Amino acid sequence: MSGRGLKQLSILTALVLLAGFVLIFFWVPMDADQGFKQKIFYLHVPLAVVALGGFMAGGVEGFRHLRSDDRRHDANSYVFIHLSVIFGVATLITGMLWAKASWGHFWVWDEPTLVSFLIVFLLYCTYYPFRYAIEDRDRQARYASVFAITAGAFVPLNFMAVRMAESLIHPRVFATSSGGLPGSMLFTFLVCLAGMALLWVTLVKLELLGKETSGQVSKLRRALEAEGFGGDAEPSGTVGRRIAPNLESQ
Amino acid sequence: MRSLPAMVLFAVTTFIIFRFGLDRTALSGSLASGVIWTTLLFAAVLGINRIFLPEREEGGFDAFRLAPVDRPVLFAAKAAVLFLYLVVLEAIVVPVFAVFFLPEWSGLLPLAVILLATNIGFAALGTLISSMAVNSRARDLLVPLLLLPLVVPLMIAATGATAPLLDAGGPSFDKFGTWLLVLGLYDGVFCLVGYAVFDFLLED
Repeated sequence: MSGRGLKQLSILTALVLLAGFVLIFFWVPMDADQGFKQKIFYLHVPLAVVALGGFMAGGVEGFRHLRSDDRRHDANSYVFIHLSVIFGVATLITGMLWAKASWGHFWVWDEPTLVSFLIVFLLYCTYYPFRYAIEDRDRQARYASVFAITAGAFVPLNFMAVRMAESLIHPRVFATSSGGLPGSMLFTFLVCLAGMALLWVTLVKLELLGKETSGQVSKLRRALEAEGFGGDAEPSGTVGRRIAPNLESQ
Repeated sequence: MRSLPAMVLFAVTTFIIFRFGLDRTALSGSLASGVIWTTLLFAAVLGINRIFLPEREEGGFDAFRLAPVDRPVLFAAKAAVLFLYLVVLEAIVVPVFAVFFLPEWSGLLPLAVILLATNIGFAALGTLISSMAVNSRARDLLVPLLLLPLVVPLMIAATGATAPLLDAGGPSFDKFGTWLLVLGLYDGVFCLVGYAVFDFLLED
């Protein structure tokens, strides 16, 4: 069951995120150059890192699904990508706010990280229409895994290519020649990154649990119908069931 | 093979549209490189849409599954055919482009190297995407949707290498080697990915 430990995990997530926000607002020093608005960094960068990590993990799960033919891995891959797309929306929004505040424009084309993230995001947005367009369940799972692998390999290559094409104005916080992040900022950043990663894991588990539960419910309903009960049950084509992998057969 | 004349016609017509859309009679540098690559990309999408159509409509997939060959062979064969299509397309369309727009032709020879390197990537990705999309509803819609984001890095490298070659004052080789390296890496990765996963796209 995906549900085991979900409660403890949620509490831990909330605590770490709260600690992160406390550190951001009350402890970490103001950035000398950008002042208060630099604090969105502690939200924006963890979101982006977790989203990209989730995309690549989705590729790994796709690979494992093809190797083992276990539906569970396909469900994982779907949920990973699904949540990473949502985190991706948040990344783009926080990134644009930060760009507006510090560079004066919502969108800056000379800036490789923003552009490559947008390309990756657009690619993963096509995951949904792609899944939706394939009717056969097994084929859908297999093709979606192939997509996840291809796109997972694409993520690092894309970042490399875009970075080479552009001048460098994105704040390269970790590896600048001037020595990178001071300790207090690094610590706050790591706490926020851990919080964001935990949030992602919690949401993944929640969604998987939801899928498992609805799979069990429809299995039970079918069993009831076979026994002659029910029959007037709701039309079982609940929204989202066609693209979302379900776990009934487990 | 039937789609090749259509691809050529499409590309030439697109040049005319660019002529009036940009309101230029001569192009050079990054503008020339953008026009040529955009046109080639969209013409290629036309062909990529259709490379698995005979298999789907006339049962070629089933016949292939019966044949005693490794499945990735079909990937290699289709990618090779697509590569050849693109070479033929470019052999016609790029000279037309030069006649229409380019005042200075000496950059065309090194451009051929970039064209070939980009074609490999197009062929690998196009075959992979086309084989994924052909068994779905909305095939024509999915190919460009999936393919365009995937070829953005390819386009970045290709246009980046082409722009200095088509400069008004004669070709220069600014970052030529670097871009060629990027193209090579990209080609290599997606040839391998395509070859490795193709097996699962045919399984039924």
